[in-house]
Amino acid sequence: MLSRSFFLKILSGALIFGAWEYAGRVGVNYALPTFLESMKALIDMTISGLIFQAYADTLRPLVVGVLISAFIGIGIGVWVGLSEKFDWLISPIFIIMQAAPLAALIPLLIMAYGIGLTSKVFVVCIMAMPVIVLNTSVAVKNTPSSVKEMARSFLGSRKDVILKIIIPSASPVIFAGLRLGVSAGFIGAILAELKITPTGVGDIISYSRMTADYPSMYAAIFSIILLAVIFLNILEKIEDVLFKGNNQGYIS
Amino acid sequence: MSNDQIENAVTVKNVYKNYGDVEALRDLSLEFPKGQLTSLLGPSGCGKTTLLKIIAGLLPATQGEVLVNGQPVNKPGPDRAFVFQDFALMPWASVIRNVAFGLELRGVNKSERESIATKYIKDVGLTGFEHSFPHELSGGMRQRVGLARALSVDSPVLLMDEPFSAVDEQTRRKFQEDLLNLVKNENKTFIFVTHSIEEAVYVSDQVALLLPRPSRVSEIIKPSSFKNKDINSIRKDSEYLDTVERIWKSLRSYVE
Repeated sequence: MLSRSFFLKILSGALIFGAWEYAGRVGVNYALPTFLESMKALIDMTISGLIFQAYADTLRPLVVGVLISAFIGIGIGVWVGLSEKFDWLISPIFIIMQAAPLAALIPLLIMAYGIGLTSKVFVVCIMAMPVIVLNTSVAVKNTPSSVKEMARSFLGSRKDVILKIIIPSASPVIFAGLRLGVSAGFIGAILAELKITPTGVGDIISYSRMTADYPSMYAAIFSIILLAVIFLNILEKIEDVLFKGNNQGYIS
Repeated sequence: MSNDQIENAVTVKNVYKNYGDVEALRDLSLEFPKGQLTSLLGPSGCGKTTLLKIIAGLLPATQGEVLVNGQPVNKPGPDRAFVFQDFALMPWASVIRNVAFGLELRGVNKSERESIATKYIKDVGLTGFEHSFPHELSGGMRQRVGLARALSVDSPVLLMDEPFSAVDEQTRRKFQEDLLNLVKNENKTFIFVTHSIEEAVYVSDQVALLLPRPSRVSEIIKPSSFKNKDINSIRKDSEYLDTVERIWKSLRSYVE
């Protein structure tokens, strides 16, 4: 089973990269390098160490922003899910955050927080937090009431009910929100580097576009997508280990 | 009065329950003799589950009181254990953790609670499934887990909310027979909610017939003569059949 799904992954990768290589070779667009050229550029950047310097810059707002969003987002989400009052008070803020066109808010953020790390962390948070908060609160609200009653009837305290019933029960949806939040965070981090100050991977992308070094540009884009995919897979593995029986969804 | 406390494990005294303007229970009084199985039987909407949850301490009564062993109660306590209609298992936890969960919440340490849970898992016939997850079990097996969980905390009173209504008919019959043996062998008081007349008459020492609008106990029936008979011949017993018929006659006007 595992080898079969692994084989299918390899196959789908080969198909996509093959199509990319083919499109590059027949010259769909002068700005589209072939897959192999892009990989060569990526290897060059890796050898020269440029990519590591770039990620040192990019990952800082990304990691800080995602961590803040995850912890505060899940915290607020649980709170909102447990209390109708806080739902009423806080949910609209995050719904607006989610709906607002972020690029249009960036000038405001720059005015308020300058062009440094703070603004970039903010961009990541604005992207990542709403979906984490909203998913968490919905999941908490939808905890089956009979399981909560069960814990109460077997003398569980309010704390027991929250920690042993509500959080594990909500965890699949919380993790789904985290995955969406993390991928939104990646978008935010790159957006911040393209819109606020060009640093890190965003700098490679915009600089190599200006100098028409398209293989490097695609290499940078490819690397950030690869990183995001790896990160999301790790998150999924963590979830599998933490909550084994939950994969099968709800029983009744 | 003290005699009454010894005879009755649970006493419900003049209990009222309103949900807003809706009157779910009005001035309901009922006694549950120790060591016996009492059924709360009635059509849906007659407040039988509400009454059970008030006894469990999961719902507050609007007025009136519930005594367990002579002591008034208003919240869940170690003297009562609950078996849920929809099993209420934790899907992320193995069978053994589900069974031991009541003990876990009481702060019993892990090795001790797992050895107790293992015993009750064996009693309900689920040995070998300790480390399975609920989604891997059939409906009947899931309710066995729910039953083992309630037994493992060793409460003198067992509250069962339509425990067999979500399992198939064959399993249900088996469960009813097992329940009779349980009542005989365990020195516990059972309060059993059901909407099945046959089931109530089959398993109960005492059937409390609840009628809706307003909710009240209309009749208490104590089937007696077939209680000591062999399990296999109860369903053919003439008193059993007469009692079923009599209850149906009182209930049929309430079924729209």
